[in-house]
Amino acid sequence: MLAITVLELEHNDLERLDLQLAAKVERAPQFFSNTPLVLALDKLPADEAELDLASLMMLCYKHGLCTLALRAKLKTHIDAAARLNLPVLPPSGTPARKITLTEEVAAPERPAEPIQRPTRIISHPVRGGQQVYTQGDLIVLAPVSPGAELLADGNIHVYAPLRGRALAGAKGNINAHIFCRQLAAEMLSIAGRYKVAEDLRRSPVWGEAAHISLSGDMLNINRL
Amino acid sequence: MAKIIVVTSGKGGVGKTTTSASIGTGLALRGYKTVIIDFDVGLRNLDLIMGCERRVVYDFVNVIQGDATLAQTLIKDKRLENLYVLAASQTRDKDALTTEGVERVISELAETFDFVICDSPAGIEKGAHLAMYFADEAIVVTNPEVSSVRDSDRMLGLLASKSRRAELGLEPIKEHLLLTRYSPDRVIKGEMLGVEDVEEILSIRLLGVVPESKSVLKASNQGVPVILDEESDAGQAYSDAVDRLLGKDVEHRFLDVKRQGLLQRIFGGRE
Repeated sequence: MLAITVLELEHNDLERLDLQLAAKVERAPQFFSNTPLVLALDKLPADEAELDLASLMMLCYKHGLCTLALRAKLKTHIDAAARLNLPVLPPSGTPARKITLTEEVAAPERPAEPIQRPTRIISHPVRGGQQVYTQGDLIVLAPVSPGAELLADGNIHVYAPLRGRALAGAKGNINAHIFCRQLAAEMLSIAGRYKVAEDLRRSPVWGEAAHISLSGDMLNINRL
Repeated sequence: MAKIIVVTSGKGGVGKTTTSASIGTGLALRGYKTVIIDFDVGLRNLDLIMGCERRVVYDFVNVIQGDATLAQTLIKDKRLENLYVLAASQTRDKDALTTEGVERVISELAETFDFVICDSPAGIEKGAHLAMYFADEAIVVTNPEVSSVRDSDRMLGLLASKSRRAELGLEPIKEHLLLTRYSPDRVIKGEMLGVEDVEEILSIRLLGVVPESKSVLKASNQGVPVILDEESDAGQAYSDAVDRLLGKDVEHRFLDVKRQGLLQRIFGGRE
């Protein structure tokens, strides 16, 4: 809870206010030195609601009171405050709304960011018997030998002959893709849907640059 | 400090011991003090190929277990003064080898020798693993045949990941490909994998191509490393390979089909 001075106006006579404030300053000069202030206009009687907000603020400032915000309920007051870029607080009596700082900061709503998993890049040949697993994307810049296994939760790119096994979307990501410069794989799988060399060989893209994706439950093998 | 070279393959019977014997002999011929260690505990044959089987008193396991010193165990070659052999045990098995013991022996040898050649057994188990663990360079012996290429590929993976250099993050083992039992006319016929095919599949530098030759069997039975048979094509190929290992740029012979003239065919016959 912030301890802040509230000036509740009961009348809209600025000259009278000037005198009243001057008297108060005389009695306690240290108090009125750059003191933050909430200007409360909601207690003004209806026939005295009209006032020049800018002048009122200047007056307060003259006496060492810096207006932080306005407490008002009338639309004219609220509009005036908006024109002056002054925040408006709800009238007293409204149950205090506990505003935590983080809420303020998060005011512009940002959509939840997808968890970014780093791409792993391998530039040496992956030999038979070796198994490579990565959570993000996997990029291999050298040949993958028969008997080698590449597993990735994301996409798999092999910029060289792929002669081993490639399993993309290992955790179930059906939008994972496999790319290779020469399709000679023992087995390809995306999110568990697989094809072995026996079937892959029948594709016209066998031995060439290929792009494999999943459509429905079927592996789509396209020329790259 | 010696250079430690492992001769390995994964597959059995491709020519590791033949290669170890010839490469070791070739280095000794060129003036380097060389020792060849047989890591095939229980199935030793390096001593047979080198022709020193009748002089084996102590073996590798004896040295590891402290029953004998290296000086007592090393067998000096009768033909070359720079060449020594450390024979394997015939009565024990691979479990008798320990990493610490092997490290101790190799370190001691590395102090006085220029080259330590480790003749690996076949497979990827303990014996093969210990043979390649301390290596600086590796000669991967491969036949131009699918299962040999597949096994060599596996062995290359292990060299890159399970050697001491890999575990300590040092510069990786320098890998060389030695293609043995190569027959150019079968390659042309399409029956055999060619050099380019093997190089493409394995992606390592070619050290040499040793042609299929009757002289290899003859040399084994006589206990003479085939490199000492200067007239044989296999012997010459090994000699070229040793030169390349030492950094010389030697053109590959024995890659093309030998064209025999009419007279040669009548009188010479196939070598």
